[in-house]
Amino acid sequence: MKARVHITLKNGVLDPQGRAIAHALDGLGFAGVNDVRQGKYIELDLAETDRKAAKTKVEAMCSKLLANTVIENYAIELVD
Amino acid sequence: MQAAVVVFPGSNREGDAARALEAAMGRAPAMVWHGDSDLPKVDLIVVPGGFSYGDYLRCGAIAAHSPVLREVKARAKAGVAVMGICNGFQILTEAGLLPGVLLRNAGLGFVCKNIGLKVETSQSLFTSGYSAGQTLSIPVAHHDGNYFADEATLDRLEDKGQVAFRYCNAEGGLSPEANPNGSARNIAGIFNDTKNVLGLMPHPENAVEPLQGSTDGKAMFKGIVEALS
Repeated sequence: MKARVHITLKNGVLDPQGRAIAHALDGLGFAGVNDVRQGKYIELDLAETDRKAAKTKVEAMCSKLLANTVIENYAIELVD
Repeated sequence: MQAAVVVFPGSNREGDAARALEAAMGRAPAMVWHGDSDLPKVDLIVVPGGFSYGDYLRCGAIAAHSPVLREVKARAKAGVAVMGICNGFQILTEAGLLPGVLLRNAGLGFVCKNIGLKVETSQSLFTSGYSAGQTLSIPVAHHDGNYFADEATLDRLEDKGQVAFRYCNAEGGLSPEANPNGSARNIAGIFNDTKNVLGLMPHPENAVEPLQGSTDGKAMFKGIVEALS
């Protein structure tokens, strides 16, 4: 089973990289981009076959290492 | 007094930290490799600057879960003095020994220069060599030094006197221009609530000899050695 983890900055946390991307897009002539927030995508290949157990495990991984919950949110998607 | 410097793959200021400590203590600190969980019995543990584990995932995130850091955490909780410099500060926040987090610099660039540093308090084992309000010149060298914590945490740090250092201009003023990385409230260094753990982005170990352009960091190490001897 695969777990797809999306890690995003919480609202209110400054994202200078997202801002730089927005500036670059503007410079390329892409108008109408109101805001850009940059995040991370992590794909895990798991030996676990039980969805519930996998979810619990990946949640623990996220809160312990993959995300810093002071500044980041995470979303987990499981794919068979 | 005995000290140890923890070394990770990618640390690069461990030699400078060891040198500054040796000059102040009169003996060399123990160098402890990241995979070791048997840390010698010491009075001070320094987590040095660099790019531990290539700063993969987030700065300090991987190092914060290394075997040696588990031991550092246990010692810190038992009251042993722990000092995290630059990447060491990032590691201590990731390890949960200090609140907040260090984000990418607001200007996105790597900042490498001498900055003005205001000593907020002399009432700690780390800052007893200075007087409160004193202005120092100390180098910074980092890409992710933008201190962030929620407003409630920042208020609590201020109320409890846990702000150790702030970025300032030559006159000691806390202007936005004096802030090299966008840190909240110009914060450059903080203590934990029991003040036996210090994290700071500037490098006092690189301001201990005239050749380095400033000797303002020397009093920090001298003060620490006096406090712990």
